[in-house]
This record gives sequence, structure tokens and C-alpha cells, in this order.
Amino acid sequence: MGALNNIEALNQALDQMMEKDEKIVIYGEDAGFEGGVFRATKGLQAKYGKDRCFDSPLTEAAIIGTGIGMAINGMKPVLEIQFQGFLFPGLNQLLVHGARFRNRSRGRFTVPMVVRMPYGGGIRALEHHSESIEAILAHTPGLKVVIPSNPYDTKGLMISAIKDPDPVVFLEPKRIYRAFKQEVPEELYEVPIGKARILKEGNDITVVGWGAMIPEIQSAVKDLEEEGISVELIDLRTISPIDKEAIENSVKKTGRFLVVHEAVKSFGVGAELISIVNEKAFLHLECPPTRLTGYDITIPLAKGEGYFMINPEKIKSKVKELINY
Amino acid sequence: MIFENHNPLEGKVFQILDKTGKVVNEKYYKDIDKDMLLKMYRCMVLSRIQDEWALKFQRQGRMLTFAPTLGQEGLQVASMAACREDDWLVPAFRSNAAWLYKGLPMKNIFLYWCGNEMGSKIPDHINMLPIVVPIGTQFNHATGVGMSFRYTKEDKVVVTYIGDGGTSEGEFYEGINFAGVMNAPVIFIIQNNQFAISTSVKSQTKAKTLAQKGIAAGIPSIKVDGNDIFAMYFATKEAVENARSGNGPSLIEAVTYRQGPHTTADDPTIYRSEEEHLEGMSKDPIIRTKNFLIEKGILTEKDEEKIREECKKTVFEEFEKADQENITPLEDIFKYTYKEMTENLKEQYEEAKKLEGGKN
Ligand SMILES: Cc1ncc(C[n+]2csc(CCOP(=O)(O)OP(=O)(O)O)c2C)c(N)n1
Repeated sequence: MGALNNIEALNQALDQMMEKDEKIVIYGEDAGFEGGVFRATKGLQAKYGKDRCFDSPLTEAAIIGTGIGMAINGMKPVLEIQFQGFLFPGLNQLLVHGARFRNRSRGRFTVPMVVRMPYGGGIRALEHHSESIEAILAHTPGLKVVIPSNPYDTKGLMISAIKDPDPVVFLEPKRIYRAFKQEVPEELYEVPIGKARILKEGNDITVVGWGAMIPEIQSAVKDLEEEGISVELIDLRTISPIDKEAIENSVKKTGRFLVVHEAVKSFGVGAELISIVNEKAFLHLECPPTRLTGYDITIPLAKGEGYFMINPEKIKSKVKELINY
Repeated sequence: MIFENHNPLEGKVFQILDKTGKVVNEKYYKDIDKDMLLKMYRCMVLSRIQDEWALKFQRQGRMLTFAPTLGQEGLQVASMAACREDDWLVPAFRSNAAWLYKGLPMKNIFLYWCGNEMGSKIPDHINMLPIVVPIGTQFNHATGVGMSFRYTKEDKVVVTYIGDGGTSEGEFYEGINFAGVMNAPVIFIIQNNQFAISTSVKSQTKAKTLAQKGIAAGIPSIKVDGNDIFAMYFATKEAVENARSGNGPSLIEAVTYRQGPHTTADDPTIYRSEEEHLEGMSKDPIIRTKNFLIEKGILTEKDEEKIREECKKTVFEEFEKADQENITPLEDIFKYTYKEMTENLKEQYEEAKKLEGGKN
């Protein structure tokens, strides 16, 4: 065991898996020599050589497209897209091919690759460095979409993602890359893809979030508990496939449901979760299942970003609104 | 003739001033006007001083992440100078000197890098697109603007920039190819500053030159010493005249050197050797131009000092203005999503007002 932050846990997972599996190849813009602009792959080129970890030319379409080709022939590419905002030139390859070769070839060809990328706002960044597009990705059949929120899950989910027989998009909440440390086991272990985690049990309301929202919710929950409101907090961990059962069981117990995400509101994962709640637990509800989200706008640059971001105050007032419905 | 005589496939590089500021190619430099030379020089110095101070402001926490143009001023002012004022600029994010030459208020540039979208509102009389961060996409926008002139019957041209890294993006090829087919009046300029963040140009391509990529698209292409404002000016001028007279696009690889970090979030000492750095610094476009101007008696050391003082004053005044105007009202984050706010957005705006304690 050692106390690691999210990026260190990620680095450890990649390192230990590369050591174990020679088929793993890591590349992306600046991912080799420098170890990526956030240093997630730091030290891997020095340890495993330039064939296994390298700088790619600046082209997301080719990074993902070649990754697909590598994976089809039995390699295990773990690709880095420098920021989620620059995935778009590669989205054609990811959605149109990465997600489809298994189905297209009736199971003969598969694309067991991992595509990692930092995402999310709150770091006062330039344009295209702050969006959250998990909904676009999760809307595509054939992809799995994973978002860890702490070091333990980061390591365990990355190991599962690498072992997964299908393409996994691994979204990394960059705001909490280095925000806190947690004890992480030295050995390899898996956190299953598709299983949510109950971070705190409670009886009055179910609050669901993921990624960088989790610390915000936790901070709100602490205050709410002091005011006597008992919250059940669920970290979704995997956006697709979604853990319906965890949501259903929790809402059946609490009767209230709030989903918190920093992505824009409409047509998003929040709507999906609310729909699941309506289908599975309608008769248990004491108030309408609700979402607290970003607005339906382009995420503002730093000076206006504060208006957009979800914070504990917003979460608390929403929870109280539902409790007093 | 410049393009014709400098085929990049034959390893030719167009240069007029060597790195010390000596004329090595008498044929061209004489036609250039003194006032224009001084205007270019002043703009280079202004951009340089702005960058130097912006780096300091950023370290003091008064500015956010930004990408300095330090070292690349020469190719930018010279290519802008070779155009008409009403020609279009479709910039890359590292184009400070070109923005200034084009007349963009420095206050806007500061506002943008201080996290305020108002900096992107280009004054109506300037034909220029705002800064965009996604790499490579601007090549197609430039081609499209160029294509539109056929319909609007304007005899304008478009200049657009990209980095050496950007030449690996699909849209680089797509843009130049499309422009070729459409005969669009676009000058594509590659700012080869040797690095895309930590990735050197050698890891970016196996091609001997970046200029030769244009040859595949069938468009006149040339490799130019980008820190030589004379070479850059005459090469661009020929491309501009060619485009304006209906002969379509050209591509210029401008060889330069990024003297500073990629952005303020980057540490170049990790990936760049001291030797490499000194070699790059020795080709500085400003020192080179200054040597020439002084040698020819166009500039004195005293003028030079005065220019520097004036530029520094401008930088401080403009930063002060940006600082004072750096306010984003709540409505601002909603109001530019569509021409009119949808019902959905109006609702969300009202909700936001409540959350912000009634602020607008
Ligand atoms: C499509 C896309 N991918 C990745 C990035 C992240 N990024 C920003 S600048 C940069 C390097 C650019 O290098 P180059 O094109 O050589 O231009 P320079 O910064 O050197 O001027 C990268 C990878 C981006 N902005 N857009």
C-alpha cells in the first residue's frame, strides 16, 4: 500500500500492466518522452523503450485509427488523447469504426483498445479544454465509457479497461488529478466496469455523480448530514454500461433522486438516469427525480466559468428543494 | 519567380538576410519601402515586449495560460505586410505579431488570454477570424473564405498559419488539397518553430521539408528562412500576387524557432538541449533586422531605445485597460449561444440569476 493521487495511481496501473503484458503499446501526442502533458505516462518510455511508449504525430484521427488496426491484430493499444476537447478529429474513427468492427465483422474482428483523455472543467483553461462529453460517447453502442473519481478506482478501473475485450473510453477528471491522495494496494486488482459504488449509505435521498463532481457532492453531503438530512451517495464510475440495479435499489430505499453532472443539461446522462428511475422505481418516488447540471451553453472561459460550475452550495440547495418538495 | 527558383525538393531555402543581418541575396531587398520596414520592425518589437511582460504577468498570477509568439515575429509581420489591409487573416493560436500588425487592439489579446471571450470579438473593420485552439481546422476555414470571393466578387486573398505539428493533422492536407482544386486565393503558412509541445519536427514527419507537402496538392510551395523578414515578405508577396490574379493557393514553410515555452504551462528545458536553444536563439529575427536597419542608416540606437520605451508603455496601458474591462456579466455566458435565447435558455438564465443572488 502507498498513498497515491489519481495520476500516480494511473501511472502505476499502466506500468504494472505493461510489465505483465508485452502486447500493450502506449502512444499519443507528447505521451512518450515527456510522459504526456499531465505526466500520466511518465517514465514508461525510459523503462519499456520507444517501441512500447512513444510520441505520435499530432493527429487524433491517426492515433485512434491506427489503434484500431493494432487492436484488430492482437495488440493492446492504450492511447492518449491530450485533452478530451481534441478528440473530435478522432471521433470519426472512434464512433464509426472503433465501436463497430465487432458488429460489422460478426465477431471476427474486435477492437480491445483503451482511449484515455483528461476531461472536465474548473481549471481556468483555454477553449476546448473543459467540456464533458460523456453523453456523446455513451450514446454510441459498442463503446464502454468509464470515469474514475479516486485513486483506488483509477488503478482498478484502468486494469479492467486494459483487460476488457471491447473499446473502452477512459475519461479522467483532470481537476482532481492531483487533488488528494488515497491508499492504493501495490498489487494488481480490478474494479469491475459497469458497477457503481455506494460511497455513503443514507435514507432520505439518493444523489448520483461521477468524476470531479464526487468531491463537490461529498462536501455538500457533509453539511447536509449536519442538518439531519441522510444522503445515499453513489459514484456511478461507469457511464456505459450503466449500473441500473444500484440506482433502482437505492431509490426504492430513499424515494428521492438527484443526479449531478457538470456536462450540459439537455440530452445528457442525467436524463438517462432519470428515465431509469422512472421505469424502475416510479411508485417509490416522493418527488420528481431531478438533475443538477451545467447550462446548455458552450462552457465559458475562465472569467465566466464560475457561473457554469457545480459547487456544494448549488447541490445543497437542490437537495433541500427535493427533501421539502 | 521566387517559388519557381526555390524548389523545396531540391533542398532550396529562400533567404535574403543571413542570421547576422547581412544581405546575401541582393536581387530582392532593394524594392522595399523604408517606412514599411520601420513599421514591421516596430510591430515585432511591440509583440516581443508584450510577450515578455505577459510571461511576467502570468507568473504573478495576473494572466492565465497563454502561448507566446516570442521568436516568430518576423515571419508574421512580413507576411501581413505583403498583403493589403482588407485581405483576410485566419490565424493559428500563436499569431500575436500578426494580430497586432492587422490592427487588433492589444487589449483584446490580453482579454482573451485572461479568460474573457470579449477578446475574441474582432472589430468590424478587421478581416480576421478569432483565435481558435483546435489545431489544423483553420486551414479549411481559410479555404472557404477564399472560395467565397468568387461569389462576392472581391479581389482579396487569405493568409493562414499553422504549426509544424499541425501539418500532421488530416485537415492540413484536406485544406490545401481543396484550395488547390478550387483555385482558392489562400496563402498557407507553416510556422516551423521546430517543436509541437515536446515533440520535435523530426518525430512529426519523415518528409525532408514541410514545404514539399504542398507539392502533393499541386500548389506552388517553398521553404523560406522565416526569421528573415525580407525573404518572408517577397515570398508572400509573390504568392499574394499570384492568388490575386486568379492563380490559386501557395504554401510557404517558414523556418523559425520558438524561443519560449509552448505555453506558460510548459517547461521546455525537459525536451530541448541547451545547444539547440542557443542555436535557435542565434537566428533571432529582431536582432537580425535591427543590424540591417542600423547598418543601412535607417535606424539609430537612439531610435531603437525610443521604440522600446513606447512599446513598453503601450503594453502597460493595454494590459491596464484589459484588467479593468475583464468582467463577464452573467448574461454574457448565455447570450451568444443563438441569435435569440431559446425558451430553454431563458429559463436557465433565470435560474442562474437566482443562484447568483440576482446578478445579471
Ligand atoms: C486537434 C488538437 N489536438 C491537440 C491539441 C493540443 N495542442 C495544443 S498546441 C499543440 C502543439 C502544436 O504544435 P504546432 O502545431 O507545431 O504549433 P506550435 O504550438 O508549435 O506553434 C497541441 C498538441 C490541440 N490544440 N488541437
